[in-house]
Amino acid sequence: MMKSVVPILTVVVAIMVLWYAAAIGMNAKWARDQATRADVTLTTPELIADTWSQERPVLPVPHQVASELWKTTGAMALKGRAFSKRSLIFHGWITLSATLLGFVFGTGAGILLAVGIVHNKAMDMSVMPWAIASQTIPILAIAPMIIVVLNSVGIQGLVPKAFISAYLSFFPVVVGMVKGLRSPDGMQLDLLKTYSASGGETFWKLRLPSSMPYLFTALKVGMAASLVGAIVGELPTGAIRGLGARMLTGSYYGQTIQIWSALFAAAILAASLVGIISLIERRMLKRMGVKP
Amino acid sequence: MNGLAFRQAGFDVNDIVIQAKNLDLTFETNDGPIHALKGVDLEINKGDFVSFIGPSGCGKTTFLRVIAALEHPTGGEITVNGMSPDEARQNRAYGYVFQAAGLYPWRTIGGNIKLPLEIMGYSKAEQKAKVEKVLDLVDLAGFDKKFPWQLSGGMQQRASIARALAFDADILLMDEPFGALDEIVRDHLNEQLLKLWARTEKTIGFVTHSIPEAVYLSTKIVVMSPRPGQIYDVIESTLPKDRPLDIRDTQEFLDIAHRVREGLRAGHAYD
Repeated sequence: MMKSVVPILTVVVAIMVLWYAAAIGMNAKWARDQATRADVTLTTPELIADTWSQERPVLPVPHQVASELWKTTGAMALKGRAFSKRSLIFHGWITLSATLLGFVFGTGAGILLAVGIVHNKAMDMSVMPWAIASQTIPILAIAPMIIVVLNSVGIQGLVPKAFISAYLSFFPVVVGMVKGLRSPDGMQLDLLKTYSASGGETFWKLRLPSSMPYLFTALKVGMAASLVGAIVGELPTGAIRGLGARMLTGSYYGQTIQIWSALFAAAILAASLVGIISLIERRMLKRMGVKP
Repeated sequence: MNGLAFRQAGFDVNDIVIQAKNLDLTFETNDGPIHALKGVDLEINKGDFVSFIGPSGCGKTTFLRVIAALEHPTGGEITVNGMSPDEARQNRAYGYVFQAAGLYPWRTIGGNIKLPLEIMGYSKAEQKAKVEKVLDLVDLAGFDKKFPWQLSGGMQQRASIARALAFDADILLMDEPFGALDEIVRDHLNEQLLKLWARTEKTIGFVTHSIPEAVYLSTKIVVMSPRPGQIYDVIESTLPKDRPLDIRDTQEFLDIAHRVREGLRAGHAYD
């Protein structure tokens, strides 16, 4: 435990140092311009202090982002306004609900497709190329079309965003599950053949349990992709709710601190979601008797 | 003792459990056809312990797989218990033991042995009783709650033999089951296998690379030669049924081993 603390802290400190240094360089021009306009000369310590405390810096520093994050989450929750429209908890929840719905859709579709691909030669040859092609199209190009098309048939709000999430998250699940369902070797398949086991029995007793480690790896990638999908889905619609909307309005008004705090909120959200999957994975594999 | 002498010694034709006549098997590969078995004639009687020995590519594993209906011959005839191999499999005629134990890591030892029983539709109570019975047969009583990784390689292979015995098949087919184990473990398992064979009176087909193993275990040794895979010699063992490990130092044992070695040498063209 202690062994890993030192390297981790070293990396964190290095990132912080680089970040604060970069902020000085990137924000200095604005600080100097302001000083010239006010006809004052800044000493170096004053200049540095200014670059780290501007209202709309080119690059906000960590403590600014952290304090903005706290102001829009914990502080508001303490005042009982966790779900006001200025709260990141509210926006995070909007994005989270689309992410989770899309993740469930995507994972379900991914598993079904993988089962089809493994058991059906025609699907194996026909579905995989389309699945790969679907991921080569930039999501930013296809997201507005999905929103528009679904809107024209009367579907709005959560579902179109979830659809984009599903579109991004089904792919890793398909690839992972196909690999996982095919992971039993010839000997293990022969063994079941000597019992005259049916295809269904082979699936439930051998293929599915064998695929679990692959599934969880795919779920982690899929969850992160799903969150990206939900955020991207919020961008082209001019949505006013969700983390994507926060980033968008932040960029309209030059609120860099708001953009960065929304960005961090998204990152924290993704990390927690992936962490939850890891936790379930560990529980599950332990129950399956995997060597600890 | 040849086949005729065997019959005269009280074995009846009805005792034949596996009969192959002029069996041929050719695999079509991208590099052209491979003649895995050619003109194989063999009779295996009830209660026989038959070893198949020969160099790689002599078709010994292929022949075992044909008996198990995992491969299908391209010529000739084979019957298992008087049926086609496919029908015999449907009738649970044999249990198969592979070179690797191949236990499911997510199932306990007991759970692994239950696998064929679940597929064959035994009741929970029957499953439990059978697991206990076969674990006792392979000296693993009390290990049913353990996971495979908690067992040594030799114990895992014993568990896989228990799994093959679980559904009371009369024939046990073993494809180099101890090939991956070290010599000492192997000796121990060979001794145990003979005891198990004596207790259960199964018919055993056993593929091996090892001459001492083949001679020590078998009542009948089938020496095979490669390209195309065919039977070179069939040796009926004269050793008594009760075989302590030190029988391997007797002249009789060495004579049989010598004949096997001669057969392997003659059948194998080192070109």
